[in-house]
Amino acid sequence: MQQEELKNRLSEVKDKLVGIEQTTDDRIYLSCEAKNAYGVTRFLFEDLALRFVIATGIDSDDCFEILYHFSNDETGCIITVKAFIRNREKPSIESITPFLPGAEWIEREIHDLFGINFENHPNLRRLILADNWPEGVYPLRKEVKK
Amino acid sequence: MKKTVQKPILAVGPFHPLQEEMEFFQLTLDGEIVTDIDMRISYNHRGIEKISETLQFDQVPFLVSRVCGICSASHPLAYVQAVEDIVGVQPPERALYVRTIINELERIHSHMLWVGLAGHFIGYDTVFMWAWKYREPVLDLLEEITGNRNNYGNVKVGGCREDIQDEIIPKMLKDIDLLEQKVEMLTKAVLDDPVLHVRLKGVGILSKEDAIAYAVAGPTARGSGIDIDVRHDDPYAAYSDLDWNVISQPEGDVFAKAVVRLLETLEAVKMIKEALNKLPKGPVAIEVKEIPPGEGCGRVEAPRGENFHYVRSDGGNRPIRHKIRAPSYVNVPSFRASCIGQHIADVTITLAAVDPCYSCTERLAVVDGHNNVSHDYETLLRMSREKTARIQKEIGAPELKLEDL
Repeated sequence: MQQEELKNRLSEVKDKLVGIEQTTDDRIYLSCEAKNAYGVTRFLFEDLALRFVIATGIDSDDCFEILYHFSNDETGCIITVKAFIRNREKPSIESITPFLPGAEWIEREIHDLFGINFENHPNLRRLILADNWPEGVYPLRKEVKK
Repeated sequence: MKKTVQKPILAVGPFHPLQEEMEFFQLTLDGEIVTDIDMRISYNHRGIEKISETLQFDQVPFLVSRVCGICSASHPLAYVQAVEDIVGVQPPERALYVRTIINELERIHSHMLWVGLAGHFIGYDTVFMWAWKYREPVLDLLEEITGNRNNYGNVKVGGCREDIQDEIIPKMLKDIDLLEQKVEMLTKAVLDDPVLHVRLKGVGILSKEDAIAYAVAGPTARGSGIDIDVRHDDPYAAYSDLDWNVISQPEGDVFAKAVVRLLETLEAVKMIKEALNKLPKGPVAIEVKEIPPGEGCGRVEAPRGENFHYVRSDGGNRPIRHKIRAPSYVNVPSFRASCIGQHIADVTITLAAVDPCYSCTERLAVVDGHNNVSHDYETLLRMSREKTARIQKEIGAPELKLEDL
């Protein structure tokens, strides 16, 4: 899919987004609230046939962010969906693993490291942390000392 | 009395004696057929993403070159490209060529390492000896350029730390010519070998649909007919200036992945020769003083596939988030698609085919489960004989009778 077509197709999910930012020719960032992330990522993966690269969890000051990175291999463009999780007490977002098995591990990893719950994840066991790591300590949160 | 049904679990790991890496596979078996696979990772978790947040931008390349010894050029390059994406800076042309040469040398030594190990895993040690013998001069070349056989520490934001001295280029070209002959010979020998055809063709097939669903990268994807390659799709360093081809094979089996890697090695040799001959004059670095607030993505086609780094800066001297995605992270889960239904003897090489390199079969444990098929000694013996007969028929070997032995 060429860049122009990609931009036109992205307008189909415009009502689910709170912002579109293009930093360079081949880096596009789409922002949305957590409840819309499932719909947007599913649209990118199934309708636009973009390749899922990875997801990144970030502890921002007032919210958690999950960044879903997708790649359009025809143009080399990276499309990143930024989902904001506002509830810091019980952070939760819908899992994308049911339609994208390649996301299973990274969602388990973010669950380990940030304590974010992925709803409807088929297998949310520990992946990264050791078995004897205490429950409720999430090492990539800002309050955990370096 | 509660009736329990037992199913055999073959434990592969947590530490494999062939590889100094840790990963744990539990294969559920029905006779010789693998019916389920469970994976555990993170025995080697070092918290590099957290450590990175404590280091300054110019210190991080040395940290990420230690993510993996083999990919110790690809990770730092992906990181500096992410930072260069934030700053919006383009390194000098000579630096781009030096980066290309080092990364392609890395690809050659990594692919030779895999070919050797693949031979070793299926019990073909001649391939192992050859491949590793020809890999050695590549490491010597890397040492000559960067001072180290691994962990080169040669990239920084804005360029490279060390230049390739013009005086050593004629010697490098000579060594590369010699290497090309050896690699060509090895490629022919491996691809024409009937034993390898029988052991690798039709084994561990990862279909194109599964490859997309598991979002695999690198030779694993290209062996399944998906011709993605970051060097071609999102060109970095000097790849867009060079003449080379993306290698892909449609079959999806282990043999296809071997073909992809061997032919890629020859492409890499070609690229290094061209890059050395075209090496532009000039400096290898420009000074980058401040990293502004922002976020950037950098990616590099490492030998095993796409390395992805995401960096976020708040304008200070340390990254506030640094995400690293190595290619095995997406390639390893695809074992669920490629191993289930395979014979246990074939799983050895299937687990190695994406190049995290694991073999198996040290310990056999029996646990309670829900599989209600059980085999007695006679059945297992018969299944084993049937398999031997099948392989004999496939390779056209004369049928052996007990009285002949």
